[in-house]
Amino acid sequence: MTPEQRGGPAGETHSGNGPDPSQAVAGPADVVTLSGIWRRFGTTPPVIALRGVDLRVRSGEWLAIVGPSGSGKSTLMNIIGCLDRPDEGSYLLNGLDVTTLTDDQRAGVRSRCIGFVFQAFHLLSHRTVAENVMLAEIYRGRPREGRRDRAMTALAAVGLRKRSEHLPTQLSGGERQRVAIARALVNEPSLLLCDEPTGNLDSRTSEAVLQMIETLHTGGLTVIMITHESEVAERAERQIRMIDGVIQHDLAGRAAR
Amino acid sequence: MSTAVDAPGAVASAGVPAFEPPLIGTRDLVDEAVVGLLARPMRTLLTVLGTVIGLGALVATLGLSQTASNRIVGRFDALSATQVTVSVKPTATETARSIPLDAPARLHTINGVVAAGNLSEIDVKDALVSASPVNDPQKRARFKLSVFAASPELFDATRARLRYGRLLDAGHSGRGEKVAVLGPNAANQLGIEDLDHAQAIRIGDELFTVIGVLDGVERKFDLLSAVIIPEGTAREQYGLLSPTSVVIETRLGAAKVVGQQAPFVLNPADPNAYKMAIPEEPQRAKEGVKSDLNVLFLMLGGVSLIVGAIGIANVTLVSVMERVGEIGLRRALGATRRHIALQFLMESGAMGVLGGVLGASVGLLVVVLVSLVQTWTPVINPMIPLISPLVGGLVGLLAGLYPALRAAQLEPVEALRAGT
Repeated sequence: MTPEQRGGPAGETHSGNGPDPSQAVAGPADVVTLSGIWRRFGTTPPVIALRGVDLRVRSGEWLAIVGPSGSGKSTLMNIIGCLDRPDEGSYLLNGLDVTTLTDDQRAGVRSRCIGFVFQAFHLLSHRTVAENVMLAEIYRGRPREGRRDRAMTALAAVGLRKRSEHLPTQLSGGERQRVAIARALVNEPSLLLCDEPTGNLDSRTSEAVLQMIETLHTGGLTVIMITHESEVAERAERQIRMIDGVIQHDLAGRAAR
Repeated sequence: MSTAVDAPGAVASAGVPAFEPPLIGTRDLVDEAVVGLLARPMRTLLTVLGTVIGLGALVATLGLSQTASNRIVGRFDALSATQVTVSVKPTATETARSIPLDAPARLHTINGVVAAGNLSEIDVKDALVSASPVNDPQKRARFKLSVFAASPELFDATRARLRYGRLLDAGHSGRGEKVAVLGPNAANQLGIEDLDHAQAIRIGDELFTVIGVLDGVERKFDLLSAVIIPEGTAREQYGLLSPTSVVIETRLGAAKVVGQQAPFVLNPADPNAYKMAIPEEPQRAKEGVKSDLNVLFLMLGGVSLIVGAIGIANVTLVSVMERVGEIGLRRALGATRRHIALQFLMESGAMGVLGGVLGASVGLLVVVLVSLVQTWTPVINPMIPLISPLVGGLVGLLAGLYPALRAAQLEPVEALRAGT
């Protein structure tokens, strides 16, 4: 049922808005293509966070990045999220080389292609749940008409439609994270980036959030998730383990079955 | 979990070229700023307090100065601005430079003259005035009072009000009748309380019938304690050659012109013989009021405004520091540095506008209240309260410049990490 529902709006968007430039460069199979990514911080002596990372993430994949703190997984995440630039190497997102873009263009890429979910939720505490979700659309340049409807649709997708007029402070941790997921989804991204999505949650609410992500993955969404909990990582269909700025293991997870 | 996931999807860049920088609508920008302020209403109010005081002081000062100058002009209007007095220069020789007896009639040929009357103080030597023929040694009955000779229209020109009896007319003057009108103080002194019985007074040894007592005058207050006799009588009895002065009431705004033209009407051959008393120009009073006290208040307002701007700058800066996480989130959602800067500029600008609106209200209220207490008519240029929010907005924008730049310079990665 879910794939059919997803197919409709997605197809419409494509046919209605002309050719997708990213499709021309690379096949639709690869969402993320990293090659030879280096990232250094500081000057004397430089801290090398990433040492020549190569990574391909296919469309519809669910990838978990694990590793100890300082292993470079957060830096990798920031580069994939177009929040940071590599010092060396190339990064194709949907076949588009985003390392050559200006800051403003990368902001456009973030608003259109990437949905973020953070460990600390990052909800605006003075705004209602619906307003928090609508916030994502402001920088997308979408018309105001139908904005609330689209936000309500996204909230319905995470099962929080009834909570739309609550303040985030009135919600549980798990509910807050689901609001954050709704906010990430409202712009129909091609990639969902989750940075320790269950890091602030207890095991029961973690499970709900993970099921949510799993549902999205099943629906065809590409998900990249950072975590340090192995049980969480095992839910993903593919795991990579990072140590000292390089990818140590690349293996399919238990949940891929 | 079988929740329907229908909106989002793996749609690559949703059709629009992915590298285009995002656009933000003006209404969205304004909404974000206003909501940001309304989220903490108390803090917003306290922040704009300095601007409110500054602009309030400026509006109140400008309004009160306008009100005060209008008040002074108003007092001029009431009496002085419509009064012209003609008198003979002391240096003038009696015969060549006198005021003609028909001065009132001549003056009426000038446009703007409402009433004109001759007024001459009569030198009665040492003659005392008494009401009773009997000299009572117990009680003082003889007084030194000034005696004036007046042409009939003088009572109009001085706006005299009659308590009882009647005023002098042309007939009394023409026949040289020995009648008199008393000022209220003079009547009191002489013990004349009513005219039910024919009352007579003596000036020296001459007997005069009292035909009227004044209630008051608006000009020439000397008349209040004087005996006023007809001009013709004064010519016969006291040898008055010509009037010593003419009191003219003009229409509002005509005083200056009347003052310029009157000497030519009275004596075209030698218009310089007369001393003219013309009211001061109202404008000068206006400028006089503006220049003195208000400089202080304007400076006070200016200083408060600067303090207010610093307040807004401070709070916006604190707000930027507090909302680092929000800034990081907005950057992740696709906001450019410019969007972040604009948002904080809008917030500080909106605070300034709010301060301007409140300041204008406070200022107007002060003007109205002070006017109420002083029973003045509040006067203010309508542009002043309208410009106030503009000035406030400008101050807010200036104050927000530095915090907005600080916010825009934050790196999204740092901001997201710091603002958890």
